[in-house]
Amino acid sequence: MQDLPSGKSVVTDTTTSILDRAAEAAVRATPGTLARRIRGLSDRMVAWIFIAPTIVLLLAINIFPLIWAIQLSFTNYRANRPNEPIKNIGLSNYSRILTDTDTWIAMQATAHFVFWTILLQTLIGFTLAYLIDRKFRGHAFWTTIILVPMMLSPAVVGNFWRFLYEPQIGLFTYIISFFTGIPPTDILMLSSVKLAPWAIIIVDTWMWTPYVMLICLAGLRSIPDYIYEAAEVDRASNWRQFWSITLPMALPFIMLAVLFRGIENFKMFDMVNLLTGGGPGSTTEVASITLKREAFEKWRTGFSSAFAIILFVAVFGLANIYVKVLNRVKSR
Amino acid sequence: MKSTLKMSVGLAAGLLASSAMTSVSQAEDLTLCWAAWDPANALVELSKDFTAQTGIGMKFEFVPWTNYADRFLNELNSKGKLCDLIIGDSQWIGGSAENGHYVKLNDFFDKEGIKMSDFVDATVVGYSQWPKGTPNYWALPAMGDVVGWTYRKDWFSNPELQKEFKEKYGWDLDAPKTFDQLKQVAEFFQNREIDGKKVYGASIYTERGSEGVTMGAMDVLYSYGFKYENPDKPYDMEGFVNSEKSVKGLEFYKSLYDCCTPPGASNSYMGEGVDAFKSGQVAMHMNFAFTWPGLQKDEAVGGEKVGFFANPAGPDGEQFAQLGGQGISVVSYSDKQESALKYIKWFADKDVQAKWWSLGGFSCLKAVVEDPKFPESQPYAKTFLDSMAIVKDFWAEPSYASLLQASQKRFHDYVVAGQGTAKDALDGLVADWTEIYQDDGKM
Amino acid sequence: MSATAHSVVEPSTASKRVAATLVVVYALISMIPLLWIFATSFKTPPDSIAYPPKVLFTPSIEGYCNLFTTRTRQTPEYISSLPPATSFCDETTRKRNMVIAGPSNFLPRFVNSLVIAFGSTFCAVFLGTLAAYGFSRFRVPLADDLLFFILSTRFMPPIAVAIPIYLMYREFGLSDTALGMILLYTAVNVSLAVWLLKGFIDEIPKEYEEAAMIDGYTRLQAFRKVVLPQATTGIAATAIFCLIFAWNEYAFASLLTSGTAQTAPPFIPTIIGEGGQDWPAVAAGTTVFLVPILVFTILLRKQLLRGITFGAVRK
Repeated sequence: MQDLPSGKSVVTDTTTSILDRAAEAAVRATPGTLARRIRGLSDRMVAWIFIAPTIVLLLAINIFPLIWAIQLSFTNYRANRPNEPIKNIGLSNYSRILTDTDTWIAMQATAHFVFWTILLQTLIGFTLAYLIDRKFRGHAFWTTIILVPMMLSPAVVGNFWRFLYEPQIGLFTYIISFFTGIPPTDILMLSSVKLAPWAIIIVDTWMWTPYVMLICLAGLRSIPDYIYEAAEVDRASNWRQFWSITLPMALPFIMLAVLFRGIENFKMFDMVNLLTGGGPGSTTEVASITLKREAFEKWRTGFSSAFAIILFVAVFGLANIYVKVLNRVKSR
Repeated sequence: MKSTLKMSVGLAAGLLASSAMTSVSQAEDLTLCWAAWDPANALVELSKDFTAQTGIGMKFEFVPWTNYADRFLNELNSKGKLCDLIIGDSQWIGGSAENGHYVKLNDFFDKEGIKMSDFVDATVVGYSQWPKGTPNYWALPAMGDVVGWTYRKDWFSNPELQKEFKEKYGWDLDAPKTFDQLKQVAEFFQNREIDGKKVYGASIYTERGSEGVTMGAMDVLYSYGFKYENPDKPYDMEGFVNSEKSVKGLEFYKSLYDCCTPPGASNSYMGEGVDAFKSGQVAMHMNFAFTWPGLQKDEAVGGEKVGFFANPAGPDGEQFAQLGGQGISVVSYSDKQESALKYIKWFADKDVQAKWWSLGGFSCLKAVVEDPKFPESQPYAKTFLDSMAIVKDFWAEPSYASLLQASQKRFHDYVVAGQGTAKDALDGLVADWTEIYQDDGKM
Repeated sequence: MSATAHSVVEPSTASKRVAATLVVVYALISMIPLLWIFATSFKTPPDSIAYPPKVLFTPSIEGYCNLFTTRTRQTPEYISSLPPATSFCDETTRKRNMVIAGPSNFLPRFVNSLVIAFGSTFCAVFLGTLAAYGFSRFRVPLADDLLFFILSTRFMPPIAVAIPIYLMYREFGLSDTALGMILLYTAVNVSLAVWLLKGFIDEIPKEYEEAAMIDGYTRLQAFRKVVLPQATTGIAATAIFCLIFAWNEYAFASLLTSGTAQTAPPFIPTIIGEGGQDWPAVAAGTTVFLVPILVFTILLRKQLLRGITFGAVRK
């Protein structure tokens, strides 16, 4: 942008000039004349006046901080030491993060969480959608019931799951022990290194399967009836119809659901933070929890900014590749 | 739908206005920030006298221990005006003094005739001074606290259990004096049926998120011979933090966790400990002294059923205990510093301190705790005094939070998640701490 | 979601029955945690931690009493020296050898949640409607890039966004203020609002406004008198989505507020009793907090799909 001769981008130029003029008008005009002036605005100006506030807000709250974070990521700045000089340390934050084994442990925990939640949610969600698409009586009512968990606050509800997971008095452990015969004091969902990663997967699956279901349902309903009718004429079996019509045609929708869930779970913080806090040890320490510890507990602001940028690039990059694949599937 | 929209807009506007109004009407009230625990509720009760005397209303902001440091260090670092007075943890003093979060109290003390020599020495060093050992005061010692143990006196005095114990271990079942004895007692009770209920040996600190597992492990490590640094060379940690004795101590802590704690106690701190003891699950319970008044008054396990003992000695006879407790400070970002200082002046008064102790707070005023009647005033009073005589504290450096995060991770990974050896954990800790001090330019 | 009748492909009765059974079983199982929250909120603390878990119990509002008060344990002598109890909660508390020390912070936090959620929703929908109309009706240079830019802000993990916001708010004195939180939630929600509302406005035929403008309306009048009324359903649905986000948000709230402007989600997990969490009080707080969302979910059920996919899937 700096290469432009004026030193400013076209966009900002227009925005400022319109804002200036609007401000001028506001200062000078009584309400009546102001209205008359605005009424005479051209479409182009209306467009900019309508869009500019949103862009300005996003620049102020999203882009400006992002640029600040990028700048901080090259320094040793600590937000809890305002009096200390800030040193520029180049790329060493980045190299420290990428060579640190703890980073990769956090990434593995995140990958495990993302992979299994998506797999389970897609399987269960698609199955549910397929069943609901049988359009039995009352399906609309039951669909709404199933949707409820995903509307709730993951933090508030996630916190309550700690109670359900309590080794003896928790309802979840009680039910599991009732069906398996394992003593309820031995089911340590949040304390055992083996079970804790699954504890967070269960809660996430409970909350978000409805989400995948809803999108899959839209996919199934988008398949026109005449395709099935043609298949009937060809005497294709239900099994064939499912594999050659239902699944391929619903695939773009399933992939869209996977994309949204993938991004969300890569960012996962609230539910896991309240349920396990990353423990036991570091077994459920997903990336966002590591980031929070670095940024708001150790106060390594520069270091954590670099970590944030790396995460952002990772999500953004993966999502972009995925969208390309998604588009290819769609166009097929 | 249109009317819904209008309604919600109106509602939002109304709420904005009403919230603005409430904040105006309460502008003169002081807000005191502390942890959410029994002593804080007792302080609410005590502060009613202050409001009655001065007409200054008190508001309180209490946060559970597991979020306490996070929330309030965040608040101080953001230069927030939420707290006028803060009872901040002992280890924050370095950072809060150096970064200007707290008002320096020397002039105020001189003017009002408040003498630090009137307070228990360990609490003045622990809660008020920075740098340590210099007469620079940033807080008034408010709440003395130290890690100690409670045990089920009723179980320990059961003749059948006593007989069985004596046969098995060759000494009389009683409050343990050494950690080896403690382990034997814990093993003895683990998975035993008492009154038709399965019980466990001991509840210890294992919490990961804030400071739990560090406080617990350190409490044991001190008595085993752990030192933070070379006494002759500051910040020289190699061979002190990870000495052979320290390794033994950490191995002991893990073995205690593995053998003798209730199931699922992998993230347990003060609150969970209290719950375990009150529900009759454990024979012994490691916790800060603040929990003792509440347990003493408890209907189910209090009164004659509960006993107290100071942290046991290690294999070489050394005996230390982890210091807890806090001083009360005035936040430098507050607009009401004058009223806040009034509160401190009121709180330092001898009669107020005496009532503080009777309501369940732990006074640090010598006039209260050195009163000849003090040891008999409560069943736990003597254990408290004994424990306060052997305290050690974690680093109080400005980098305290990073230092603590490092030990939390190393200890939890080893003790709870069972990764690596005790030697690995402590070697790793030396490396982490060295790196932090190098970043600080102190090494 | 109006069902077009499958003629040849209408599923058989048997398969319908199987499907219905499976779906109903899933729905009921997924409801258990929520029903348990509701039940726990009406248990006494001892009932809540009984083993085996109690399904049948005598309801009590002690959890709600504890939610709204702070209490301190005192000796029976001290309690008997006090004037007689004035309310049900007072009495219940004293039976447990405690006295009510004062109100808890739940109510102010709940009010904060209302103020911040409604305030940010109003701003986001206001800005979003304008911008969506702009993108929908005019040829905006770089429109696709701008729209993508608006969306891309959602890729950032909230903690990553919070680091610079924290520093910025500290500079401007916006830390722990309702205004700061409203601005932040508006910025997060406006991306959703623009995308959703653009979809809704795209569906309103351009010809309506053009006809109105031929009749002498200006562009702004046409927007106000023709487009807005047509878009009310879309605007209402968008508003509810924004409201739900702001209502449920935890990460920003827990990092950027500490008291004055703290909302309910970071507060509820910190409700503790004398030991660990006071589960009936937590359940009571959770129940009070969830009820508005349940109502909105039912109101919104037809628009849900569109909302959760940023308008990518319309049906």
